[in-house]
Amino acid sequence: MYVAVKGGEAAISNAHRLMADRRRGDRNVPALSVEQIVNQLSLGVDRVMAEGSLYDPELAAMAVRQARGDLIEAIFLLRAYRTTLPRFSNACPINTSRMRIERRVSATFKDIPGGQLLGPTFDYTHRLIDPSMAGDEAVTPPVKRERPTEESCPRVTDLLDGQGLIEADVPSNDKPGDLTREAIAYPVGREVRLQALTRGDEGFLLALGYSTQRGYGRTHPFVGEIRIGMVDVEVDVPELGFAVCIGAIRVTECQMVSQFKGSADKPPRFTRGYGLVFGQSERKAMAMSLVDRAMRADEFNEQRLAPAQDEEFVLEHCDNVQATGFVEHLKLPHYVDFQAELELLRTLRREAEMASADTPMNEPAE
Amino acid sequence: MHSPDEARKRRLDALASGDPTTLAERYAALEPSAPAATPIRGPEIGMVMLRGRAGGGGAVFNLGEATVTRATVKLATGEVGHAIVLGRHLQKAGIVAHLDALAQLPDWVQVIETGFVTPALAEQDAARIRQAEETEATRVDFFTMVRGED
Repeated sequence: MYVAVKGGEAAISNAHRLMADRRRGDRNVPALSVEQIVNQLSLGVDRVMAEGSLYDPELAAMAVRQARGDLIEAIFLLRAYRTTLPRFSNACPINTSRMRIERRVSATFKDIPGGQLLGPTFDYTHRLIDPSMAGDEAVTPPVKRERPTEESCPRVTDLLDGQGLIEADVPSNDKPGDLTREAIAYPVGREVRLQALTRGDEGFLLALGYSTQRGYGRTHPFVGEIRIGMVDVEVDVPELGFAVCIGAIRVTECQMVSQFKGSADKPPRFTRGYGLVFGQSERKAMAMSLVDRAMRADEFNEQRLAPAQDEEFVLEHCDNVQATGFVEHLKLPHYVDFQAELELLRTLRREAEMASADTPMNEPAE
Repeated sequence: MHSPDEARKRRLDALASGDPTTLAERYAALEPSAPAATPIRGPEIGMVMLRGRAGGGGAVFNLGEATVTRATVKLATGEVGHAIVLGRHLQKAGIVAHLDALAQLPDWVQVIETGFVTPALAEQDAARIRQAEETEATRVDFFTMVRGED
């Protein structure tokens, strides 16, 4: 018998109203503005844009506010929003070698051309809660120093590339696959993996990257370079017949240099993993580059033994909107499914009881 | 100095990267005296798919989308202006498209240049220099400690 159950509308409506109240909290405390979130919780906003796969700081801040600071919920909201907009076109690939650098470090070359620029980093802080954070003390403006005349900041991988010590980029303008438009069929190209990774969950990728360091798909990596800064976005405008710059976005790029591979016709050289993420998101870019390298196992004839090397495992599980959808759906009513399971269990038990009644009980052993 | 396309690109680049509020203030002063524009398309909000290259210089991959606003307008004399700007800025896109159309009029091109493009470029330069100088102060100056006699 199937009984359709209705009801709950009033409960749902009141629950949403209660949630709105709790989101606002104590009315004597001023409400957060979107501007405050964009400015003062900017790294949270960056994460929402990266994993929501939509660059728009104000929208991401609204989502963070609406989600009460639950970033995965905010990412979900942003993903939902992006499905409502038409895609006008594809931008030209960004050129990270022309980034306006805000931070740039290399762990492999001390005297890298362009220098080591620490920028606004948590590194070298003591990780002690600053008592002044309880109040609103004035913050001193940053120190300035004159910039050397137009010093170029070549990507570190391009420096090594000149000596053939590192695998070179193979430039190509092939149309990349797009996992938001086409179903994934494995194996996939590296460009689809990179798209999945850049919008993938930071925590999941961090854990996988960590696992490669601990021996599950060992890559023996060095940070060749991390750079954070603004890059111009150019879009071809067919009506004009040329590309125009439509503004700039902040991105984080990580070049991970991994241990060498050679072949019969090529001397050994360093291999690479790549991370590129919206916003200031160093941990994510590093994790992405580790997992990117691990998933290139086939290219270098490495055995695929570890989870991080298994592209299907990584791609199918790195999306936190998909993951949260499937995990969290378990809390929705499953009355009928469960009833069916219960019925099955009762039948099994009844059959077992009948079977044991048929066969005479064995005498207990003495 | 510039071909017409180069001059137009330079103008559109400068206007698109400008602050929407500042642009609107400058436009408010000019608009009453300028030939009016009628909308052809938009302003409308949509997205473009941003792209990167594997390794920085390799194969193209899809990085994620960004919101954009585009607009196309036409003057009574037939000049068509286009705009596409990052973000959800209906007013800004409309203004940039109107300025793009006006700049095709010989009487207006200099007005747009001195009133909009030059100050926008100066503001962007100032912001970039400030940011670069703040970053520069965080440069690590390595020095070597000499130990022992040799």
